Amino acid sequence: METQLTAAPETNRAQRKSSNRSLAAKNRMTWVLFLLPALAIYVLFMAVPLLSSIRLSLFTGEGIVPKTFVGLANFETLLKNPIWSGRLSNALKNTFILFLIHMSVQNTLGLLFAVLLTNKIRAFNFFRTVIFLPATLSVLVIGFLWKLILNPQWGAIPQVLTKVGLASWVHPWLGDPRYALIVISLVSCWQWVGLPTMMYLAALFSIPEELVEASKVDGASAWQSFWHIKFPLLAPIIGIVSVLTFIGNFSAFDIVYAMASARGDPAGSTDIMGSMFYRTGIGGEVLSGHMDAGMGAAIAVVIFMVLLVGVVAWLYFSRKQEYEL
Amino acid sequence: MKRRLKFTYLGTYLILSAWAVVVMFPLWTMLVNSFKAQKDIFRDPFGVPKSLTLAGYQNALSAGRFDLFFRNSVIVTVVSLGLIIFLGSLAAYALARWRSRLSNFIYFSFVIGLLIPIRLGTISIIQIVKLLNLNDSLAGLIPIYVAMGTPVAILVITAFIRGLPKDLIDAANIDGASEWQIYLTVILPLVRPALATVAIFNLIPVWNDFWFPLILIRQESNRTIPLGVSLLFGQYQTNWNNILSALTLASLPIIILYLLMASQFIKGLTAGAVKG
Repeated sequence: METQLTAAPETNRAQRKSSNRSLAAKNRMTWVLFLLPALAIYVLFMAVPLLSSIRLSLFTGEGIVPKTFVGLANFETLLKNPIWSGRLSNALKNTFILFLIHMSVQNTLGLLFAVLLTNKIRAFNFFRTVIFLPATLSVLVIGFLWKLILNPQWGAIPQVLTKVGLASWVHPWLGDPRYALIVISLVSCWQWVGLPTMMYLAALFSIPEELVEASKVDGASAWQSFWHIKFPLLAPIIGIVSVLTFIGNFSAFDIVYAMASARGDPAGSTDIMGSMFYRTGIGGEVLSGHMDAGMGAAIAVVIFMVLLVGVVAWLYFSRKQEYEL
Repeated sequence: MKRRLKFTYLGTYLILSAWAVVVMFPLWTMLVNSFKAQKDIFRDPFGVPKSLTLAGYQNALSAGRFDLFFRNSVIVTVVSLGLIIFLGSLAAYALARWRSRLSNFIYFSFVIGLLIPIRLGTISIIQIVKLLNLNDSLAGLIPIYVAMGTPVAILVITAFIRGLPKDLIDAANIDGASEWQIYLTVILPLVRPALATVAIFNLIPVWNDFWFPLILIRQESNRTIPLGVSLLFGQYQTNWNNILSALTLASLPIIILYLLMASQFIKGLTAGAVKG
């Protein structure tokens, strides 16, 4: 079949090409029909809502459809009114802390686990399955579960800590504004560490064995061959993991809702962009029940801008890296 | 050299085993205590239950209507995944075949959705769902999940179809098959691995989604598992046996499914990211 095709005379090939072209014209209508259902749902429930949220951020009013056009007043309030700007900078700061903890704990552990898993160990499947297991569970269930376990009333963790001689560490962490956000971030890292692990693992497996072998022949230690051979090759995937973590953290909500309520208790110390967005535009403020859809949309726009900056920075650095390589 | 190798193995096992304990500890605690009476939960939180009680499970199923939540989650997930796969593969086929500036633009518009959390449009989504009279119904959740799952479906399936030998489609064309016939009889059987990847990639976020049910669902009869659990959690505040039973019930279906097909899960869930 193959040889026949390549051996076909030039005229035949040209004929085929022109018949392909008329076929394409004929098929175009069918292709549009094939595209239409998926496109319609995608446009109506993804593209339109995103664009319309930008429009809504320029309006104010009661209820879910704010009607009074106010221009950029919502953003002005958000940035200049001390109450709003205080909340915004608090939520921004907390979300960045959440992100930094994920980067330094979750993604570092993920890389470590991935490297360890490539050590040709016998229990490979067992460890891989266990590491990824929490990522399949609902964030809400995980949040509730850890909240119970950390509850000083129950004392599950205090019992463990006392047994290993760390009784002085016992503390109502989730009730303490100094620790609550850190604890919540660590729980989230615990749940999601499987994702970077598996992504790094796939990338490590795709590095040609000869490359590493060659470096060993040249007398490189395991650490040297990791640092000089594998790590640079992992750079693109490290970028992807980082940007996915960034996007995930800036739209996170469930974990804070489960462990610290939509208020971001205690004292707003765990309030992140996702919970502020929910409270302001959708769920209503906790005491007053007041909901401001226009302001909520403005917060969504701020989140969108932050994500945009993050993604553009990633694209810039990954291009630059490609260039340098 | 040999000694260093041994040391590496020992360290590897030590670290990975330690993490396995950290992973299993809360899950074990949840499971064993869901079978214990309140006072045993407090007296001995880690031991195997001395006397089994199923009261928590009975409460979750009868008073808590867990059976309903489970049914709702299954309906929403199965219908959403079915639509994502069917509509996604149909569109992906068209995009793989149709090469023009417009089709490139459509492809790009789909794929960019991978980087934008659909949550940011929630306020408008509420308006649209209300406008379509789908408020407080399972049918209101489904199109949202389809929109959420379409980008990865387009990305993975289009790439897969483009990787198929072109002769397959050309041969069917010469035989006079219509595009619909080619999609149904030639493409669909071949892209099954890609469809499985897409289904698994979307299974976890759709099954576990809490945000949209929290916002769009009110009636008890329409609650999905995550929303049901969150409301039971508030209700049962002091009855730990009930709470832990509800949490266990919520996690068990997905844990079982995962353990049955762990490697497909891991492959599916990392696919979108690695290929993107």
